[in-house]
Parts: sequence; C-alpha cells; structure tokens
Amino acid sequence: MPPAAMPTAAMPVAVRFRAAVSLLGRFPALAGVDLDVARGEILLLKGPNGAGKTTLLRACAGLVGIVSGEAEVLGCDLTRDRRAVRRRIGLLGHGTFLYDELTVADNLRFAARAAGRPAADGAAAMERLGLAGRLHDLPVAKLSAGQRRRVALAAVVARRPELWLLDEPHASLDAAGRDLLDAIVREAAAAGATVLLASHELDRADHLATRRATVVGGQVQDGLLAVASPPEREPARVP
Amino acid sequence: MFRDAVLVAGKDLRIEARSRVATNQVLPFAFLVLILFAFALDADRGQLATVAAGLFWVTVLFSGLLAVQRSFALEAGDDARDALRLSGLDGAGIFLGKAGAVAAQLLVLEVLLAAGVVVLYDVDLRGTAFLALICVLATAGIAAAGTVYGAVAAGLRVRETLLPLLFLPVLAPVLLAAARASEAVLGTTSTTMADAWPWVRLLGVFSTIYVAFGVVAFGPLLEEA
Repeated sequence: MPPAAMPTAAMPVAVRFRAAVSLLGRFPALAGVDLDVARGEILLLKGPNGAGKTTLLRACAGLVGIVSGEAEVLGCDLTRDRRAVRRRIGLLGHGTFLYDELTVADNLRFAARAAGRPAADGAAAMERLGLAGRLHDLPVAKLSAGQRRRVALAAVVARRPELWLLDEPHASLDAAGRDLLDAIVREAAAAGATVLLASHELDRADHLATRRATVVGGQVQDGLLAVASPPEREPARVP
Repeated sequence: MFRDAVLVAGKDLRIEARSRVATNQVLPFAFLVLILFAFALDADRGQLATVAAGLFWVTVLFSGLLAVQRSFALEAGDDARDALRLSGLDGAGIFLGKAGAVAAQLLVLEVLLAAGVVVLYDVDLRGTAFLALICVLATAGIAAAGTVYGAVAAGLRVRETLLPLLFLPVLAPVLLAAARASEAVLGTTSTTMADAWPWVRLLGVFSTIYVAFGVVAFGPLLEEA
C-alpha cells in the first residue's frame, strides 16, 4: 500500500482543539489540548495510562465537557452544544455500550436507527463482522468477551459515522477479529471518515495509522497538522 | 422527537418482554401487596371495600417505583447509559420513550390489579370509562415523574434508596387525586360520580406539568446526571 500523503493544515479538519481544558472533578484530565485531525486521517494517540487518551476521545464524543479553550468536531462547537455532533460519530470505548438482554440483531438495529440510519445498516454491519448466523438471535449477555467486542464494533459500523473514536479497539479480539477491524478502519478512512485511535498495541496500531501523536499529562504532543509549504513556483524569467 | 420516543419505548419494551422482570417480579409484588392489605383489614370487609381505591393506587405507586428503577437499571449495564447519550437521540424523545414504556407496563398492571381488587376486596366495578380516564392520567403522571427522578438518581451510587425519597413525595398529589376520583366513581364512599371531576381535573393538571417538565428537563438531566 503506498504511503498516504502527509496531511497538512490546509486540509479540511474534522477535529480542532485549541487550549482545550476538561476537568474530571477538580483534576484537569485535559490540560490545554491543541489538536487537529484532518478529514480522512487515521490518527493514533499514544501515551501512558492515565495520560488522557480516553478523556480526549470522550471529549470528542461530547461525553466530557470542555471548560475552557476551543473544541470543534465535524464543524460543531462542543463548548456550546455537546449533543449536536453525536449522530455523526461512533465510539468504541472500554464498555460495549450494548443492552445485554437484547439480541445481537436487536442491538444493531437500535444502533443504526438511533443514528438515523435504516435498520438494514444494522443487518449489513452484522454480516460484515461475521455475526450473522447462529449469533444473530442470541442475547448479548450470552456472548464471550471477544464476541461482545465484535458486536460493539458492528454497532459503530451500523451508525456509518463520519468520525470514528476507537479506544483500545483491538482488546479482546482474536487474530481474525483484529485483522477485520484493521480492514474496516482502512475502508472507513478511504471512504472519507476520520479515525482517532487510542491504543497500547503500538505494533498493530502504528501500521494502521496515517499520523501519530502522543498524549502526556493531559496534553497532546505533535497534535497539530504541519503547515503546508506553498507550491513551488517557477522563477520569474527576466526578459 | 416522536420517532426517537417510539424507538426508545420499543427498545425498553422489547427488553422487558425478553427479561420478563415485569411479569415475574413486579406483577407478583403488586398482587402480594394487595393480598397483604386484604389480610391486614380482613376483619371488616366493608372497610376493605371503602379503602379499596386508596389501596389500589398505593399498590400502583409502589409498583411504579419498581418499574422506574428497572427502566434505569437497563441503562446502567456496561456503559449503556453512555450509549443512550451517544446515540444522538433527542432528550425529549428519550424521556417520552422511557416514560411511555413505563406507562404501558403500568396500565397493563392496573387492569390486572383492578381484577384483583374486584375479587379480593369485593368491589363492584362501575364507571369503567371514567376509571380508564383516571388510570391514563394518573399513570402518565407517575411514569413522567418517575422517569425524571429516575434520571436524576441513576448516576448516583445510592439510587435505590434515593429514588423513593424523591419520587413518592412528588406523587402525593397524583395519589390523592387518583384515589379520591376513583372512590367517587366506584361509589365506595359517600361521594358521587359528580364529585370525581374536580379530582380528575387536578390529576390532569399535575400529569401535564410532570410530562411537560420531563420533555424540557430530561435532556439536560441525562447529560449532567
């Protein structure tokens, strides 16, 4: 696969944070984040435990409030309205965000329709993740951790989000599941979706990402896009 | 908003249909309360019939409390509460959906409990259309107030004990109005059918206030709870 062109500040931006601060209680979980993510990028967020990666993803989803600074996701100002962006994003978090008593099919149908998509998108996601067949009518409570993770990923796929927020997405998945996840993420990015990925599995995630940034102490290092160099011009000819 | 409400109500009712908590736990609990009241007052069956309306609505209120707790327990598992917020569904739609699902379960319960009251308390069921109106109004109030306070309490570790403290006092006017209106319709006290109207109007006012408050406030409550 040829290397993707380096995204620059001239590209349309899906996520833009400037000096964004978010508090968990009194603790500044995000302590002045500066971050740009261009549309179609796959940005890997690296960093130690407790650095703020999960909080940053949750802030992008509007689940965590921004108390100062600027935060814009898919053109929506999160400091004014955290809810406006939610139909357009998909978050795969530490929890599965599934209803245990509902079947796989019911969960995916609900996920698709809640995002304003037709129920058929839930069925298509189930097919794509290899969940059709015997798992179709099983309650989520009866699935293994890996299968639940697949259903959670299918719920994100069913929403067809413009922004994918993936927190340790490879966790609990078997080898085939991990390969499938990588393929789905690449497909989504190729189709124009933007992906933010937080992972400790750097070998795998590094191959997937088109850019990397490091989160330390609630701040993002290398989070801004490079300023595009102006196109080279031919030197003016002196007659 | 209504599309979202139908989606959420459908989801909650489907979960109830699969888990059968309402039929296997809430319904037996309600009948147990009715029977215990009957045991406690059995010495005087006339008195039992006289207070039947009040006992019926107290039983519905306790059962409503269980139904509301159950409704928010559904959103507590494995970050499902975040899922509801992340879904992008309209806050008012979520409120109407959850309250609608609770109300649907309570209405079915009330029909079954009414049969229980007739059998156990020896009450003649009359004015059924009027009683149905009282049930609909009171159930709307119970479900709406319960859903609002359920959202307030859901994010707290002490939600099981806090919810009754929040929920029951607020519903005192609904309980009072529903019991008095039902008594008047059933004729179990000295009141007549005409005496029921002021209570029904009061019931309507409180239920409308609770529903309207929920539509406006539920979204922000869900965000902050």
